[in-house]
Amino acid sequence: MADLRCSFAGIKSPNPFWLASAPPTDKEYNVVRAFKAGWGGAVWKTLGEAGPPVVNVTSRYGAIEVGGQRMVGFNNIELITDRPLEVNLREIKQVKRDWPDRALVVSLMVPCAEDAWKTILAVVEDTGCDGVELNFGCPHGMSERGMGSAVGQVPEYIEMVTRWCKQHTRMPVLVKLTPNVTNILGPARAARRGGADAVSLINTVNSITNVDLDRMAPMPTVDGKGTHGGYCGPAVKPIALFMVAEIARDPECAGMPISGIGGIATWRDAAEYLALGAGSVQVCTAAMHYGFKIVDDMIDGLGNWMDEKGHGDLSAIVGRAVPNLTDWQHLNLNYQLVARIDQAKCIKCGLCHIACEDTSHQAIRDIRADGQRRFEVIDAECVGCNLCMHACPVPGCIDMVEVKTGKPHLDWTRHPNNLLRKAAE
Amino acid sequence: MGPPPNERGPGMSETGDVAAARLSAADYGKNFGDVKPPLDRARALVEASRCHFCYDAPCIAACPTGIDIPGFIRKIGTDNVKGAAVTILEQNIFGGSCARVCPTEILCERACVRSAQEGKPVKIGALQRYATDDLLARGIQPFRRAAATGRRVAVVGAGPAGLACAHRLSMLGHDVAVFEAKTKPGGLNEYGIAAYKLTDDFAQREVAYVLSLGGIALSCGKALGRDIELAGLRRDYDAVFLGLGLGGVNALGLDGEAMKGVEDAVAYIERLRQAPDKAKLPVGRRVVVIGGGNTAIDAAVQSKRLGAEDVTIVYRRGPEQMSATAHEQEFAQTSGVGIKHWARPVAIVGRDGMLTEVRFEYTKLDPAGRLVGAGGGFALRADMLFKAIGQVFVPAPLGDGTAEPLRLSQGKIGVDAERRTSLSKVWAGGDCVAGGQDLTVSAVEDGKRAALSIDRALRKGA
Ligand SMILES: Cc1cc2nc3c(=O)[nH]c(=O)nc-3n(C[C@H](O)[C@H](O)[C@H](O)COP(=O)(O)OP(=O)(O)OC[C@H]3O[C@@H](n4cnc5c(N)ncnc54)[C@H](O)[C@@H]3O)c2cc1C
Ligand SMILES: Cc1cc2nc3c(=O)[nH]c(=O)nc-3n(C[C@H](O)[C@H](O)[C@H](O)COP(=O)(O)O)c2cc1C
Ligand code: SF4
Ligand code: SF4
Ligand code: SF4
Repeated sequence: MADLRCSFAGIKSPNPFWLASAPPTDKEYNVVRAFKAGWGGAVWKTLGEAGPPVVNVTSRYGAIEVGGQRMVGFNNIELITDRPLEVNLREIKQVKRDWPDRALVVSLMVPCAEDAWKTILAVVEDTGCDGVELNFGCPHGMSERGMGSAVGQVPEYIEMVTRWCKQHTRMPVLVKLTPNVTNILGPARAARRGGADAVSLINTVNSITNVDLDRMAPMPTVDGKGTHGGYCGPAVKPIALFMVAEIARDPECAGMPISGIGGIATWRDAAEYLALGAGSVQVCTAAMHYGFKIVDDMIDGLGNWMDEKGHGDLSAIVGRAVPNLTDWQHLNLNYQLVARIDQAKCIKCGLCHIACEDTSHQAIRDIRADGQRRFEVIDAECVGCNLCMHACPVPGCIDMVEVKTGKPHLDWTRHPNNLLRKAAE
Repeated sequence: MGPPPNERGPGMSETGDVAAARLSAADYGKNFGDVKPPLDRARALVEASRCHFCYDAPCIAACPTGIDIPGFIRKIGTDNVKGAAVTILEQNIFGGSCARVCPTEILCERACVRSAQEGKPVKIGALQRYATDDLLARGIQPFRRAAATGRRVAVVGAGPAGLACAHRLSMLGHDVAVFEAKTKPGGLNEYGIAAYKLTDDFAQREVAYVLSLGGIALSCGKALGRDIELAGLRRDYDAVFLGLGLGGVNALGLDGEAMKGVEDAVAYIERLRQAPDKAKLPVGRRVVVIGGGNTAIDAAVQSKRLGAEDVTIVYRRGPEQMSATAHEQEFAQTSGVGIKHWARPVAIVGRDGMLTEVRFEYTKLDPAGRLVGAGGGFALRADMLFKAIGQVFVPAPLGDGTAEPLRLSQGKIGVDAERRTSLSKVWAGGDCVAGGQDLTVSAVEDGKRAALSIDRALRKGA
């Protein structure tokens, strides 16, 4: 079986599957259950300053259901841990002592003042944990108090706080980024300049999941009112993958480890993150949906897939897809695909036809003969967009096959229609 | 289902065992309760999510009334249940009973692409019931009558065909008078369909709902040929629709059909449907049913559910030739009914005017494809024999001495695609017309088509 051991910014874990800082990691009880289930690491639920803890509202989560699939998207208006600092520190120390082989990182969020960070870092270091993660991402509640994404949206603050932390602790410092920015490279580069050992992303996306149309209030609704929350779960995976990949291929961030987070529920999701440059992955929603047992298939599935592909360890896959991520202008305009319907698998639902007919290129014919329905691609009209393949409810029924054009690679930078093209050498 | 038969000892009389109250009250309740319980919201949403929302969906073409099935299922999926019900009812005002009685396995669900995909169609009938039940329960009548046209149409027969016609005509602004021979409206929905398919007085509740549109005057106890005449209707109304159903049944043509214990299946089912307390209805201990259609299945299964010990259907051809669907045959068999094929009755035997036994001979097809005796046979002891070998149209009520009689075809009323008969101003539909499917849903479609045709004719003439 492939070696799944993970070494991330100097933090070791038996596998790359960590629980993200969130309710699943808010207590010793939960984290111990997770470790028993096989999770490789955990980022403890974000700690705040000493003193009276934050107070949470009731009615905290919203969710999107799609076609019967629950929690495709999930949102929350919870704050950082609402338990006293001392209790958390005591439990962290105990868990690390009992589970020395697991990665235990502690997430932190205190006001933007050097002393505040210095103070908390000292007490956290004392727990013996493996590292800290600076929560610059939480987009609701705490951000109104000048913390979380209020910091994460200002690269200068990120750099400043990261530098303070690097000065005041020997522990590896991970900086957790918010996706609520126009360009993720600003915050990522700032973290690097500040000396971060790694970044983790994404935190949640600003969101309102639904509106209660009887009460005319956003959900989750608290006594008739709602507030925007943080969005996560399978629906955010594409956004997060993009941001991870952008950092992975950025020369200024080269070599900086990335912990990938956002919508990971299966070993395949995780493998995609690893391929696009993540060195470890973190999971929250999937665990909150199904419990900790899901890690079993994550470990097993990733290992089996790596064995099949002959990948011996994680270094063989991390970042492997990054070189194939490019700008649009470098894509080959002479590459041609055409849709192929496997008539033996086709159930004659006509969804491919209506999708192409109404909204695309009128490239799928609706044929009625002898009382039978039949749908056929008109090759000359098909632009190879993939729409029909995605609309078809039968897996593997529509294939996109390459048509050999015999033409050489030609991208936009050299295309005759591009008036700004570079002259051919 | 019933108490174990061995509780009845050898002391019981060997024949003529026709008795009521064979079961406990709880068993009757169970046996005649909803055979397919309704979907709740959670199940309906799961089922709705299975529909692919097909383009020009094949299920629509397979529904005789052409209901926009993907359209209404999508509405269920968005909790727009009222919209779903209206989508159904605008094509089929009897969508509620059709949802319960349609043989969906040979109609919409057979065409569903999910059958090709995974051998399990979307449960269209169950979803249709979910939507229409909701509207009926809330008493919402979504349709309005168009501006009054001042035209009057007579409808004879308050079965699905007649009432579907009446409803559509009223929607279009015409005033409708419905004449029904029996004391209650609903036709076979009230008197014929198996009790466990239409429970809780559904037929009457649905008729009341259909009539709540207004503009339809229903007169029960008024029979064509007895209380009213076709010539008079043609004279007094702008148009006439005949939805008479099938009034007669085929006879076996054997001696002894008048014997005690020999019953016409349709008449027996009618008594069963009308019996408020099923425990009061006598049924034989050994029941033999002759026939191969839904009536045979229904008579057999309901006898079994009334507590009959042995119930056997005997059909003169093979299972493929039975007009009861494979699903219905299976339902009978899992209900404990035996089916014997390739045999026909040759003698009804009794003692003291009371049925004791039915004798059969084996049958086969001769080289020319005709049904002939195959030699040999068997006898079945029986306390009751149900004849379910087909219903026939009784044209007598039409015979009013008009110079131009109504043209019949294959013994039923001949109509064209618009359901016009050979007589001017007269339309017909449902079981009483030739070439139909003899299903509730096709009766509804006939009524609707005729109404649209009548409307066109009346507007042209206006
Ligand atoms: C036992 C049985 C079970 C069935 N089960 C099913 C089933 O599960 N699913 C299905 O789809 N179909 C079933 N059918 C068929 C279905 O019931 C009929 O196709 C349908 O009812 C036909 O509707 P209709 O309006 O044409 O006729 P009917 O329902 O027969 O209605 C005709 C009406 O006209 C009245 N009438 C007749 N003569 C006169 C007159 N002279 N004057 C005034 N009124 C008159 C009758 O009293 C009756 O009310 C079944 C039929 C039978 C007999
Ligand atoms: C209820 C809830 C509370 C969260 N609290 C925190 C938190 O305290 N600190 C933090 O850094 N991220 C927090 N997150 C964000 C998650 O750690 C994670 O970044 C995000 O949910 C995306 O991952 P997912 O798609 O696997 O859920 C929280 C998420 C949820 C759902
Ligand atoms: S690939 Fe796009 S253009 Fe081609 S048939 Fe499919 S939907 Fe139409
Ligand atoms: S979408 Fe797929 S299954 Fe449906 S008709 Fe097209 S090819 Fe066939
Ligand atoms: S055929 Fe089946 S899947 Fe397609 S629209 Fe009809 S019910 Fe839905």
